[in-house]
Amino acid sequence: MNPWPFVAAAYLVAICLTGGLLGWAFASMRRAEAAADALKHR
Amino acid sequence: MHALANPARFLRIARPATTWLLLVGLALAIAGMAAGLTLTPPDYLQGETVRILYIHVPSAWLGMAGWLGITAASVSQLVWRHPLAAVGGRAVAPAGATFAAICLITGSIWGRPTWGTWWEWDGRLTSMLVLFFLYLGYIALASAERERGGEGRIAAIYGLVGAVNLPIIHYSVLWWRTLHQGESIGLTGSTIDNSILWPLPLTLVGFTCLFGAAVLMRMRAELAQTKVEARMRRMGA
Repeated sequence: MNPWPFVAAAYLVAICLTGGLLGWAFASMRRAEAAADALKHR
Repeated sequence: MHALANPARFLRIARPATTWLLLVGLALAIAGMAAGLTLTPPDYLQGETVRILYIHVPSAWLGMAGWLGITAASVSQLVWRHPLAAVGGRAVAPAGATFAAICLITGSIWGRPTWGTWWEWDGRLTSMLVLFFLYLGYIALASAERERGGEGRIAAIYGLVGAVNLPIIHYSVLWWRTLHQGESIGLTGSTIDNSILWPLPLTLVGFTCLFGAAVLMRMRAELAQTKVEARMRRMGA
């Protein structure tokens, strides 16, 4: 059995899920901080 | 820890720390994964699939460390009523659940060519799956409690009860000798040869920094959201 597709799939899963977590955390932080700043300047 | 009880003081530290954790984490994780994929030799028994170790071990560590963080936040919430404890617990949960999921999926992918099966109801695998479901329960419970304006005490108690699973995961390979191999990396040494082991500290530290960055970003988002809600209430009154 060729092991490389399994190795590639494992790395792809790790990269996509970690990237997804960081992207979601970053976007929600930016959105919430922008809303708080906008309210402060009103 | 009590010095960080003031959200303004916490934010002064968290803002630069988020950037540094992201940068250092990305650099180390990418370097470790690249080294693990290209510079280390294949294992004499597992062959090339041993390379999955460099992402599987950090995700297992972070899946468990995340719940340890929830336990610390729960104690802090119930004993000292630390104002950031509930926020911290809620911020850790999605990151912990993600790494527990990565651990389960990469382990399953490694198991197919090595054990000949995607899944086995083995002590280690089952207790890790239970941890993942505990995270989902915590996320649902903590967000429901927050929406109802609660202080997060019920989620904190749930966090403490869930900590029972941590020693079960750790000792499962000793208590039930089934398919998952025993402990190969301990605090005092490792049974893995150094020629294969050396990129692992890079991915361990790298993914831990990324985990920390995700938690800080979620905490900052929650604090900003709380500020908006408080201001809206004042404006409405």
